Amino acid sequence: MFDLTGKSALVTGASGGIGAEIAKALHAAGAKVALSGTRVEPLEALAAELGERAYVVPANLSDAASVEALPKAAIEAMGGLDILVNNAGITRDNLFMRMSDEEWQSVLDVNLTSSFRLMRGVLRGMMKARWGRIVSITSVVGATGNPGQGNYAAAKAGMVGMSKSLAYEVASRGITVNCVAPGFIATAMTDKLNDDQKSKILTQIPAGRMGAPEEIAAAVLYLASPEAGYVTGATLHVNGGMAMV
Amino acid sequence: MSDIADRVKKIVVEHLGVEEDKVTETASFIDDLGADSLDTVELVMAFEEEFGIEIPDDAAETIQTFGDAVKFITEAA
Repeated sequence: MFDLTGKSALVTGASGGIGAEIAKALHAAGAKVALSGTRVEPLEALAAELGERAYVVPANLSDAASVEALPKAAIEAMGGLDILVNNAGITRDNLFMRMSDEEWQSVLDVNLTSSFRLMRGVLRGMMKARWGRIVSITSVVGATGNPGQGNYAAAKAGMVGMSKSLAYEVASRGITVNCVAPGFIATAMTDKLNDDQKSKILTQIPAGRMGAPEEIAAAVLYLASPEAGYVTGATLHVNGGMAMV
Repeated sequence: MSDIADRVKKIVVEHLGVEEDKVTETASFIDDLGADSLDTVELVMAFEEEFGIEIPDDAAETIQTFGDAVKFITEAA
């Protein structure tokens, strides 16, 4: 099950906690992986850890030209591109009344617009191959909302609507487009929360614990696999029961 | 028939799975040959590759029939 031998995958935000695990999972299933991110050092370290079939393709997702160039760079490195994982994301949290246009725009640019451009950029090859997998990492807050995250929730909900629309267009070409929506996952980002904040969050999670990046990676691996060929336009929630949508 | 028309016809026949004699000068890809909108995008992509040309989006929209395609490519190639 879930054999990706001969497939090539591009993972954005591969220097982050979840992105790195996604890259590892796809790689372990036999795929070539192109690791993208802004910080080259952790990408190089991950590539070294993975060994063969791993390539570093840095990109700045807030820069349109850099985004446009990324699929080409990945295809050049791997010889093709069958799987795109839109994982990169940033937060610029602020209360709605205090949120600046810049905070709004930067989150929409990096989280939503760059995903649109990457999806557009990888479609040509997937259409010709009559096979493709696009998986975008959204968030539970895209479905539930979250105080202080109006921009982030808008971007994440936007990715869901965008993915569904594209799923319609390319389903007949063997290309699936899906989302994985993590709940609270133990990463460097959530490490910053103090014990009080953490225990408060945990009371809202039926599973009684935070999720692990590996649990997100497993969901991505499934949606990227040949076995998930009949799943498209879906959002797979991985959140310990925090929101059952 | 010109060499370009032959090559265009071959692509259309292969891609849309239609009989060669259906692909006439005025045959519309969508109305007569059963293409959907995504097929027309793919046809343009295939033309670009076959003839090593760039077909901009606004030009692609004007290519509705087999004849349109041959004419555009003949002028561009």
